[in-house]
Amino acid sequence: MIDLHEILETNKMISHDLLDVRTITMGISLLDCIDSDPDRLCKKIYNKIVRCAGRLVETGEIISHNYGIPIVNKRVSVTPISLVGAVACRTTEDFVNIAKTLDRAAEKVGINFIGGYSALVSKGMTPAERLLIESIPQALAQTNIVCSSVNVGSTRTGIDMDAVRLMGTIIKKTAELTRDRDSLGCAKLVVFCNAPDDNPFMAGAFHGVTEGDTVINVGVSGPGVVRSAIANVKGESFEVLCETVKRTAFKVTRVGQLVAKEASAMLGVPFGIVDLSLAPTPAVGDSVADILEEMGLEQVGAPGTTAALAILNDQVKKGGVMASSYVGGLSGAFIPVSEDRGMINAAEKGVLTLEKLEAMTCVCSVGLDMIAIPGDTPDTTISGIIADEAAIGMINQKTTAVRVIPVIGKKVGDKAEFGGLLGWAPIMPVNKASCADFVSRGGRIPAPIHSFKN
Amino acid sequence: MDKIIITVVGKDRVGIIAKVCIYLSENNINILDISQTIVSGYFNMIVIADMTACEKSYETVDDELAALGRDMGLVITAQREGIFTAMHRI
Repeated sequence: MIDLHEILETNKMISHDLLDVRTITMGISLLDCIDSDPDRLCKKIYNKIVRCAGRLVETGEIISHNYGIPIVNKRVSVTPISLVGAVACRTTEDFVNIAKTLDRAAEKVGINFIGGYSALVSKGMTPAERLLIESIPQALAQTNIVCSSVNVGSTRTGIDMDAVRLMGTIIKKTAELTRDRDSLGCAKLVVFCNAPDDNPFMAGAFHGVTEGDTVINVGVSGPGVVRSAIANVKGESFEVLCETVKRTAFKVTRVGQLVAKEASAMLGVPFGIVDLSLAPTPAVGDSVADILEEMGLEQVGAPGTTAALAILNDQVKKGGVMASSYVGGLSGAFIPVSEDRGMINAAEKGVLTLEKLEAMTCVCSVGLDMIAIPGDTPDTTISGIIADEAAIGMINQKTTAVRVIPVIGKKVGDKAEFGGLLGWAPIMPVNKASCADFVSRGGRIPAPIHSFKN
Repeated sequence: MDKIIITVVGKDRVGIIAKVCIYLSENNINILDISQTIVSGYFNMIVIADMTACEKSYETVDDELAALGRDMGLVITAQREGIFTAMHRI
């Protein structure tokens, strides 16, 4: 029988350390909605999402009730729309209409984000994919909860630099069109290298073409739980530190596995993966930066930060892998600046810089995330930032991403306010030297030597 | 067996255990184990119970216990056992 101590430990994790299941994300394939008529296509998309995800929110709430564990978000990811709309869409407006349809369907089923307004162009762009990318600024400006992502490279294919160059401009346009809301559109747009097909976290979630018709993926969180566990082993050796993180990650992931199994059974949808990412929120105590500081750094960004993050990321994976039968998605530690109070503090003081964040992305689970930069940053510089991140991902065989927000009308020293889970961020300085001639060369960067494994 | 864990926390007063037990008995929920302590005037009780014979859903039992707790100035939560076994048993 479960003993008193174990019950108290679990409940303390939930009530004091903000343990939660960050998201139940239902992946829905829209491939069977493809139609040559744009109106019929939108109708089919709407109907399929409402039919499949109609009970998602209610199911999440019942599970939350039964186990006393908060399930913060219920979301849907769909097949990359560049594929779904390839036959029907002739103009960017056609694609924007699909985005609006996604928005309406998402609101109807009561979820808080829908992902998959995406294009996977790691080796090249089809005309439909280019059209979708060009429609992103309008799509994000005219919808509320649609998220968009573009995969511009992979270890197997290299990097499509034409797409990288284009995305710099698209990000700026998105920022312009949502300038009245601190360029919020860019917070819903991610540029990936090595994007996973089963990521449940937004803004980068989409339902890959390798997936089944519908699937349930769960993202667990709990930076507060890890910080609190580390606080108990202050001054101990790295062995003890690593063991502590690993044990905690195991426990946290087990909760995710339980919720995923339960949701899958209740909805009659196959269970896909548990993503064991430590995802911070702006709430006090729900911070990845706090964990790194608890390890012994005065403030995140100090020398040693990359090593501390590497330990955290690796131990989270090691603990999590044994706790779930299927681990996938991004799995590791997220370092979004605006969503993490500790990161915000360090960035405001200038202790945490864009360059240090770039180094951290070599060992964290994703990349440069939720970073506000000056609104006058040139398109080409944003493309350069994307190229750097994609290169890190390509060479190190890991997922990397860029979600930067050039906040139009603001400069270093100002603040951008995104609201809710997206938080707020100080505008961080960007290196002013130009990379325009480099990123504008055109073509693609060949796949690295270690991709030839056949 | 369909086990739930009921946690009661709040300021100590006469009749807490009685009220919770009456509710459980009225709803055919069988108590398997009770442990209770007072920490600096605060009442902490954990009840492990079997609700196989109970006709109400978990959500209803949780809501009704929470309401019972509010009447006495206590926080009462009911959770299915699964979350604890998942976390603490391999």
